[in-house]
Amino acid sequence: MVMYALKRIFLALLVALTVSILTFTILNMTTDPAVAMAGDTATDFEIESITIAYGFDQPMPYQYVQWLGNALQGDLGTSYYFRTPVTALISGRISITLWLGLVSMAVGILIAVPLGVIAAIRPNSIWDRICLTLAVSAQALPSFWFALMLIVLLSVTFPILPSSGTDTWVHFIMPVFVLATRVMPAIMRLTRTGMLDVLASDYIRTARAKGLKPQNVLFKHALRNAVVPVVSVSSVQLGHLLTGSIVIETIFALHGVGFLAYESTVRNDLPTMQALVLLFSCIFIIATLVADLANAWLDPRIRVVGIDN
Amino acid sequence: MKPLDCLEIKNLTVTFPLSAGTLWAVNDVSFTLARGETLGIVGESGCGKSMTAMAIMNLLPQAAQLQATGLTFNGQELTALNESEMSDIRGNRMAMIFQEPMTSLNPAFTVGAQLMEAILRHRKVKKSEARERALYLLEKVGITAAASRLRQYPHELSGGLRQRVMIAMALMCSPDLIIADEPTTALDVTIQAQILHLLTEIQREFEMTVIMITHDLGVVANVTDRVAVMYAGRIVETGLVSQLFESPQHPYTQKLLDCIPVPGKTKRGSYLGSIPGRVPSLIGDLSGCSFANRCSFCTDECLNNDPPWHQIGSQRGYLCWRNPEQISPYKGQGVSL
Amino acid sequence: MIGGGLLLLICLAALAAPLLATHNPYLGELSDRLITPFWNSGGSMTHPLGTDSLGRDYLSRLLYGARISLIIGLGTAAISGIIGLTLGLVAGYFGGRVDMIITYLISVRLSLPTIVVSLAVVQLLGGSLNVVIMVLGFILWDRFAIVTRSATQQIRSQDFVKSAQAVGCSTMRIIFKEIAPNVMNQFIVIATLEAAHAILLEAALSFLGVGVQPPTPSWGLMINQGKTLLFFKPWLVTIPGVALFVLVLSINLLGDGVRDVTAPEQRN
Repeated sequence: MVMYALKRIFLALLVALTVSILTFTILNMTTDPAVAMAGDTATDFEIESITIAYGFDQPMPYQYVQWLGNALQGDLGTSYYFRTPVTALISGRISITLWLGLVSMAVGILIAVPLGVIAAIRPNSIWDRICLTLAVSAQALPSFWFALMLIVLLSVTFPILPSSGTDTWVHFIMPVFVLATRVMPAIMRLTRTGMLDVLASDYIRTARAKGLKPQNVLFKHALRNAVVPVVSVSSVQLGHLLTGSIVIETIFALHGVGFLAYESTVRNDLPTMQALVLLFSCIFIIATLVADLANAWLDPRIRVVGIDN
Repeated sequence: MKPLDCLEIKNLTVTFPLSAGTLWAVNDVSFTLARGETLGIVGESGCGKSMTAMAIMNLLPQAAQLQATGLTFNGQELTALNESEMSDIRGNRMAMIFQEPMTSLNPAFTVGAQLMEAILRHRKVKKSEARERALYLLEKVGITAAASRLRQYPHELSGGLRQRVMIAMALMCSPDLIIADEPTTALDVTIQAQILHLLTEIQREFEMTVIMITHDLGVVANVTDRVAVMYAGRIVETGLVSQLFESPQHPYTQKLLDCIPVPGKTKRGSYLGSIPGRVPSLIGDLSGCSFANRCSFCTDECLNNDPPWHQIGSQRGYLCWRNPEQISPYKGQGVSL
Repeated sequence: MIGGGLLLLICLAALAAPLLATHNPYLGELSDRLITPFWNSGGSMTHPLGTDSLGRDYLSRLLYGARISLIIGLGTAAISGIIGLTLGLVAGYFGGRVDMIITYLISVRLSLPTIVVSLAVVQLLGGSLNVVIMVLGFILWDRFAIVTRSATQQIRSQDFVKSAQAVGCSTMRIIFKEIAPNVMNQFIVIATLEAAHAILLEAALSFLGVGVQPPTPSWGLMINQGKTLLFFKPWLVTIPGVALFVLVLSINLLGDGVRDVTAPEQRN
């Protein structure tokens, strides 16, 4: 297990490094940072002096190494637009996004897993069909549009919930629900398939033959095995959910890093964009890493022996 | 007073409603098991022997439909019980050993946890007592270093060891009835013999009633008192092992016996092995003898009408149109017991 | 079946947009602005779905918008499909070090957050239909690669491929003549998924004002432009959103249908 974990962590670091190179290259190749920095009204002279002052004329690898060195020391540059250090900008806003993401994930799991179980207990029943229809519909739902529709319904037609802001937990109900809807279909389907497979397995028959109560068979013996794939998908879904917060935070005016990503993008704020792409990538990488390790821990076949590769 | 039978099954039928028609998996099966008796149920795969076991345990698939005029266990009518009452009996008074030891244990829990589960469910015992019982039984089924095995996960054990664990698990609550569904099929040949030996020893020591389900007449000959031969969902012949092997009445039983090679008796190069023809479809209308299409004594009657049951004494009977006097003495190779 | 039928209908509507549209989707009469759809009082059949804030006929814009969405879906699926298929075939066929490198590429790609990267790159390159298709196409290849890779690994070990190798077929020939046709079923299923994914992504980008630029009648952009009037003229947002939902739903259903027919064992 320890060897496996170390291997996985090393791989994750390698991927993170590659991602940082890619991000830096793509973003710096697609635009002239000096132009972005100087703004729309800048003269050629201004742009040139910025280019020289910030070393944008240096070769790309050199610029990258410098950027990475600074980044590792916690310096991600200064935002062109906000004129403050990017690190401070992000750290001031990340908690709201993380909370939003984690709570939405929890809500999504709490709704989707029971639905998946219900669907699996009686496959092809009316409940199963309802659950599947919900999943298929939720998958096709553009989340930004769904958010707007909820606002029309719950803030305008029936003014129950506030449509924007972060003052109280009530403000988070709609965004959390919209984000949870994004992750529910995948988790529900996976729980359902997992449960169907597990319920048909020989060891469930053994558990029933022991005379265990049905709920015990279902929740102890079956769910434990069925959730193993759910854990890894949930983790990856958390990554999707956090990036999905870009749209949701923009709509509900929640000032997290998602909204910051939107703001910095439309303002060509290159250092902030770069930092955020890297940040979201790292969240993805960590999420996948956590998923793999959790999987290994949940599955004793991996936990004890360790798996190759 | 006649001692209470352990298990009495009357007219058990298990069907599956399919789109193509009704599938008769078990068809009008009746038998009685006295306390301490060992019954072998023999037949090809798909003949309904496992379904019979599942019906007794009430572990049939959801789609299955069960009818029976009687399914009495320890004097208690099982068909009248709801799932919760039934689960009080399962694993407690009756237990089952399954065919696939490799997949019958939950990969997520330790051997110990899975062993102790049944007794913790059915008896008011402390965890330490359950653990002691598990240790005792693991040693009983011939597992060394039992204490460390308790902490291991199923995937760390070999198939033979897992089947021993399954047997110990079935014994946890000292059940009255154990149903062993092809307990050795998935194992290596040498392990098979060990497990069978273990099962007979345990049956004697704990004085349990055992149903041994198998496709292997050799197993039956060595382990059981009585045999029921099943074909296409029906019991076609029953009798004591010695009776059945010496004078098989039903043509199917005779042909089954012909398939067993006997050292010294089976001629080199002689035809051995299979019964020509195939098991008929069990879907839809099944009138007539189900063995007719493979039987060398087949008549028009066999094709059109259900054969009658001939009871010979209290232990013996067979399902065929031929009267006992019509059947010439079995001159097959026979099996020396 | 339903999915295929619906999609066909949408495709036909999109193809026949010039015939079906009653107005020019790009030009509107400012005097006719914000006419309500026919089901509301004050609406008329001249503009069945009403008009937007510039007086453009909403039905005509919706019809032309279907073209944008379909082009995005097809274009992206084509580009990402070719990239993913090639990588997956190569990795699955050659195995070893090549496989290791491509697997690594896939995990790098999977850790790049799709929407953040596409948002940034599209913005920096300047939003337009072609840019959106190219960017999404270069991002969404991962699933193609993963599925093709494992399918190829399975097929490679089968007899007919071995016999092709034995009679001395060239590697290229084996990959494209023997293996590629056999991964096509799964490829089509993934293609529908990714097309739907791309359509939703484009809508989100355009909604954020970064994707396709006005006056292109992209559905996402229509929602973006309608959202300022959300509390007053909610149908400006509702209508393109429903269109988007139905299109994506029909593509997903089609994909499910194809999978059920070609690989029933992967149902659920």
